[in-house]
Amino acid sequence: MTKALSKTFLIRHPSTLWVLASLGLFTLIVSVLSEAAGTGLISTSFVKTLGKTLCLCLIAIAMDVVWGYCGILSLGHFAFFGIGGYAIGMWLMYARTEAIVAQNLSANLIPPTDSEISDAIATQIFGVVGASEFPAIWAFSHSLTLQLLMVLLVPGLLALVFGWLAFRSRVTGVYLSILTQAMTLALALYLFQNDSGLRGNNGLSGLQNIPGFEATSQAVISLAFFWASALALALGYLLFAWVTAGKMGSVIRAIRDDEARVRFLGYQVESYKLFVFTLTAVVSGIAGALYYPQAGIINPAEIAPIASIYLAVWVAIGGRGKLYGAIIGAVFVSLLSSYFTGGSAPDINLGFYVIKWTDWWLVLLGLSFVAVTLLFPGGIASLFDKLARKQ
Amino acid sequence: MSTLLEMSGVSVSFDGFKAINNLSFQIGEPEMRAIIGPNGAGKTTFMDIITGKTRPDEGRVIFGEKSMSLLGMSESQIARAGVGRKFQKPTVFEAQTVRENFALALKNPRSPFDVLLHRKTPAGADRIEALAEQVGLSDQLPRMAGELSHGQKQWLEIGMLLAQDPRLLLVDEPAAGMTPAEREKTTDILVAAAQKHAVVVVEHDMEFVRRLNCKVTVLNEGSVLAEGSLDHVTNNPDVIDVYLGR
Ligand SMILES: Nc1ncnc2c1ncn2[C@@H]1O[C@H](COP(=O)(O)OP(=O)(O)O)[C@@H](O)[C@H]1O
Ligand SMILES: [Mg+2]
Repeated sequence: MTKALSKTFLIRHPSTLWVLASLGLFTLIVSVLSEAAGTGLISTSFVKTLGKTLCLCLIAIAMDVVWGYCGILSLGHFAFFGIGGYAIGMWLMYARTEAIVAQNLSANLIPPTDSEISDAIATQIFGVVGASEFPAIWAFSHSLTLQLLMVLLVPGLLALVFGWLAFRSRVTGVYLSILTQAMTLALALYLFQNDSGLRGNNGLSGLQNIPGFEATSQAVISLAFFWASALALALGYLLFAWVTAGKMGSVIRAIRDDEARVRFLGYQVESYKLFVFTLTAVVSGIAGALYYPQAGIINPAEIAPIASIYLAVWVAIGGRGKLYGAIIGAVFVSLLSSYFTGGSAPDINLGFYVIKWTDWWLVLLGLSFVAVTLLFPGGIASLFDKLARKQ
Repeated sequence: MSTLLEMSGVSVSFDGFKAINNLSFQIGEPEMRAIIGPNGAGKTTFMDIITGKTRPDEGRVIFGEKSMSLLGMSESQIARAGVGRKFQKPTVFEAQTVRENFALALKNPRSPFDVLLHRKTPAGADRIEALAEQVGLSDQLPRMAGELSHGQKQWLEIGMLLAQDPRLLLVDEPAAGMTPAEREKTTDILVAAAQKHAVVVVEHDMEFVRRLNCKVTVLNEGSVLAEGSLDHVTNNPDVIDVYLGR
């Protein structure tokens, strides 16, 4: 029954089928060429880059649903991404430090008490910010299950409360965008403080070391996270394709185009916006929880307001209102951005001036954003559509 | 015929200008009512008040057997209670197909949960076909609503109003931009709807109003100037003065 259902769904939505097939093929190729498979044509660090890019694709499709489909230009979704990263990072840091502490103390003749162990872990983790006690928000950090729950609940609840306040007062358009920027800025500023309980600007580090898998090589761990990211992207894509396909898709696109008219048809616009805002926030949190173990470190700068603006730029360049457009934008712009800012792009010497890409990349990105918005409102994805229609 | 909507002592001002001034109005179910009046008389604002778009400064608006007040309700609650509206300027969802527009309006549960789990039913599809047939858009169902002509958009919006199956239909200047044949068809549809429901039609065109063959309310400067049969009001000296005499 479900199988037949999903089959017809995929047949009626060929682009979803294409995306999932490409993703599967891509995963296969990367796996075969990775160091874990022995060939090593793709380095472990590049596997991590690709895995992280898949997570960025996941948050990009979430952004596309909330903005491209529902018309809410949220410039705060990276806050949810960061929260997901912090939530999983707390467990990773706690569990790993606990293992190290247990090993160090095992040399003692008298077995250490629980509070001695706890103090030793706290000193290790919070020494950098001059503290030696666990802040209250670390209460669940010993439990993977509870922290995974936090990955879903904290972004979800924050989005629910924020969205309820904003949508209920009918804040829309640019005012809502500014409000979401304020939210992400406030969160970043809070995290920057040393007494935030999350190690201030040091952030959480060593996240690439997975407790319980100390003996496993990074080559294998990176591939496992790559697979997990690919799976999450596939499931996220299916979820959003389903949400945006049927009548729900019709209602949220109608809200985007004329929300007042939708109200006069009897739909409570605020609940729809809240649903979309919260669902996409939760998915963003999941994307962040998969991203940061591959990045190895998370700090408050990741949540800076500019990150969420980049997200909107990816979606605009890739093509709003099409899920695959968001993926194209995220892949294209984020890989290009790491090329230009990574120092591997050759400087251009004009004789009187040397263009350093590390400085000028942002200008180029800004200009492309303006150009796409003005000249190709459909983004890169609209080029694909033109090709498909010509055939 | 029992009273469906009762408005009493309603006033609204915009920046000190009284658009609606101590207006009282009643309509039963079933009933057809035409509202005429010069531009700026407050006809559209009157509909804005009933549908919750504009909050009056004073007065009462009571709807249904249980005499619920519409004033504390949101636009969507009022719509769900059974008030449907066709706007003066046709507003349809241009980036969606005609069929999707009908489906959005079709009377069905409106909560996000219901909509998310909504399955297309043969009954719903039949209803859309029937509505499209009724407003002459059968061939246009797969087209984007934005590609329709102005007149076709008017029809689509009338079809969407019928799809909601409201108890009170508020129809703002339906005949604007229509050919005489289309006007006749519009009156037929509205008269049919008024067999069971309450229908309020705002219209300038006297021929159109005459064909509705119903009680007429004349609005001027935000209040009722005269009420009665078309012949009765058109012979009223006040009405001739402010409206017909010009
Ligand atoms: N939102 C508003 N803000 C200010 N003035 C308004 C508003 N809506 C209507 N008005 C004014 O109220 C008066 C009645 O307008 P309206 O109800 O549209 O008239 P009608 O539909 O009878 O032509 C007009 O003078 C109009 O300018
Ligand atoms: Mg008007």
